[in-house]
Amino acid sequence: MATATGTLPQVQEETTIWTWLTTVDHKKIGTMYGISGFAFFLLAGLEALIIRTQLAVPNGAVVDADRYNQLFTMHALTMIFLGIMPLGAAFFNYFLPLMIGARDVAFPRLNALSYWVFLGGALLLTSSFIFGGAPDGGWFAYAPLSDEEFSPGAGLDFYAIGLLILGTSSLMASLNFAVTVFNMRAPGMSMMRLPVFIWMMLVVNFLLILSLPVITVALVQLVFDRNFTTNFFTPAEGGDPILWQHLFWVFAHPEVYVLILPSMGIVSEVLPVFSRKPLFGYAAIVFAGVAIGVLGFAVWSHHMFTTGLGTVPQIVFTASTMAIAVPTGIKIFNWMGTLYGGSIHFNTAMYFAVSFIALFTIGGISGVMHASPPVDSQQQDTYFIVAHIHYVLFGGAIVGIFSGLYYWFPKMTGRFLDERLGKIHFWLMFIGMNITFFPMHFLGLSGMPRRIYTYDADLGWETWNMVATIGSYMLALSIIVFLVNFFWTMRKEPTATDNPWDAPTLEWATSSPPPEHDFDVIPEVRDRDPLWYDRDHGIEKVEPPSEMHIHLPPPSYFPLLIGLGVLLLGVGVLSHLALTALGVVIVIYSIWGWALEPTE
Amino acid sequence: MEATEAAHGEHHTSLGVDNRMLLMWIFLASECLFFGSLISTYLIYKGESLVRPLPDDVFDIPLTSLSTFVLLVSSFTMVLAVYAAHHNFPKMMKLSLLSTILLGLVFLGFQVYEFRLFGSEGLNLSTNQFGASFFVLTGFHGVHVGVGVLYLGSMLIGSMRRNGLGPSGGLYMEIAGLYWHFVDIVWIVIFTVIYLIP
Repeated sequence: MATATGTLPQVQEETTIWTWLTTVDHKKIGTMYGISGFAFFLLAGLEALIIRTQLAVPNGAVVDADRYNQLFTMHALTMIFLGIMPLGAAFFNYFLPLMIGARDVAFPRLNALSYWVFLGGALLLTSSFIFGGAPDGGWFAYAPLSDEEFSPGAGLDFYAIGLLILGTSSLMASLNFAVTVFNMRAPGMSMMRLPVFIWMMLVVNFLLILSLPVITVALVQLVFDRNFTTNFFTPAEGGDPILWQHLFWVFAHPEVYVLILPSMGIVSEVLPVFSRKPLFGYAAIVFAGVAIGVLGFAVWSHHMFTTGLGTVPQIVFTASTMAIAVPTGIKIFNWMGTLYGGSIHFNTAMYFAVSFIALFTIGGISGVMHASPPVDSQQQDTYFIVAHIHYVLFGGAIVGIFSGLYYWFPKMTGRFLDERLGKIHFWLMFIGMNITFFPMHFLGLSGMPRRIYTYDADLGWETWNMVATIGSYMLALSIIVFLVNFFWTMRKEPTATDNPWDAPTLEWATSSPPPEHDFDVIPEVRDRDPLWYDRDHGIEKVEPPSEMHIHLPPPSYFPLLIGLGVLLLGVGVLSHLALTALGVVIVIYSIWGWALEPTE
Repeated sequence: MEATEAAHGEHHTSLGVDNRMLLMWIFLASECLFFGSLISTYLIYKGESLVRPLPDDVFDIPLTSLSTFVLLVSSFTMVLAVYAAHHNFPKMMKLSLLSTILLGLVFLGFQVYEFRLFGSEGLNLSTNQFGASFFVLTGFHGVHVGVGVLYLGSMLIGSMRRNGLGPSGGLYMEIAGLYWHFVDIVWIVIFTVIYLIP
């Protein structure tokens, strides 16, 4: 294998497919996460469009009930696990080492492995559409919807195996990132000088590390129930369907924060840069993020108020759910404090960041409403909940991701996304999002249940359903504008300087796009906003010595091979166990090859 | 550059703990939740079985005490292996590693025997909630012991190469030891909570 040790400036080797397949460079891996994540985001969006088209008029006939169930289940699964999570991981991969002043993550090959396992799991889950029908029990797959009687096809097996594989990928990535944050910081980069984005992602990593094992157990029990004759969730045999709900939500509530915290981090980076002042209340926003993470493990049962938990658990989970609004509120005030008195530059990244605050606040407030069991039992399973989660996940997570994309695009590609198209994208998305999801509050309050594939004409739901569908087409249009912007921008000459926004964090201290080794000289950190400190104190950037030997880990094909083995393992469980055995052999062989591979 | 030092084992880290060691510690935190969920499932389904056999009908405490003892001894030999690796006693290291592996295999043998015995007494996955939660819990623990045996076996083969495990051998052995002791501790919890507490 070629070794990347060399004298600067590095000769950029020609990139071939093989370089991408064997890369261990966090920037390339981040790019792959980003492209795959965006592709699945488009797919999930397409599923949503079909759903909205079906519901546009009463007694819609675009799809039948069975296909509709598959669509809303896969829409949620694809958005959550294959869209938003990898898009967050894309930014984190790309910027974690750059923002803490490191040359790569702690375990570059493990990082590549996380990606390949993710891709395998994603393709497996999505392929269920072709092989006998996608999962159709909702993303929560409540028993008994998930058992063999009500889901006789292979859909729920694809669900369980797909999520197990994706969970393995997320766990490996989280362990890797957590170690990187703790151990790979540049000199002077103390924990309380970490950029807020890094802090929020660290919380995300620990949420995943501590919640993924719980869903793993639940999914294993589901696989055993469906394939190996156990009766964990069969009431007639003494099983308890509520146990699934507990295990699922112990994972899935922290998962909600896994989706939103990266965007909170992104917004916390964007707002100070374009308000031209440091983030207001750094420590408060960091501790609020940690508090959200901790409390996130203590609120899961608010998804289960209607299962009859009893009075005391209801009071406890009501209190903890309401309590989580406090750190969230602290963050919102921090962001507003950052804007207050700032000299605000309104570009597209800032448009998205500011609208994030507004839209997320709406979603947060409807969230607090559900903390009250009497209110929740009215709203449970209505479109009110659909409105709530989309304000948090679309108005929050997706809008935050677009803010980050416009902000970091010059760093990643050396090119600026077009501002005029960017603002058209923003306004279409902002208005489209509100037209789509705000009417769902009204629909929910007038009693429209979730997950119904059609409704009758005389229920008073026609108007708002039509409005919501029009909004969803506006959203699709906004994405097309963004894609045009993207491809058009990529044809332009790169013009971005190292730090075009005059931002304070370390990723802007290196060239745009960064060289393969990230930094010529590892920067020294003297302040929470290192580049602003250096600028204000006249500290010049250290010139790189004329000759420098930078050791970078060589490329490796073992991550890809293990990823393939893990995929075979999963495919084997769904088809023939011989394939599983083959997968295990490949995994063990590759781990040995991996351990013996020279890393110099 | 600090990256070049990566080749020479333990290099500078912000916390002063080796990356691989830190990874194992955090991974074990995750494993706690994994076994915690399995044990919780077992406890939640305690008394929910509709038909016999129940724990009292099948558990053979003296037999399982013996296999627990075997696993405990393997933790002791693991400590010896880590000690020997740190103090560069290659022979003692290989011998203690081999003993640990063999003891692990004996434990697995006990488990296979126990599973077959329970099976012959009419307890399997589909019998009742006790069977389902017991076999899945102890089965996954067994898988962890099996992975540990493979892990330590690979270390043993590695240590027989010309350069042994290289300059970081002691560190590698310590990390493997962390995993092995964790799997042991989980068994102590399982033995206490599932076998001993009526």
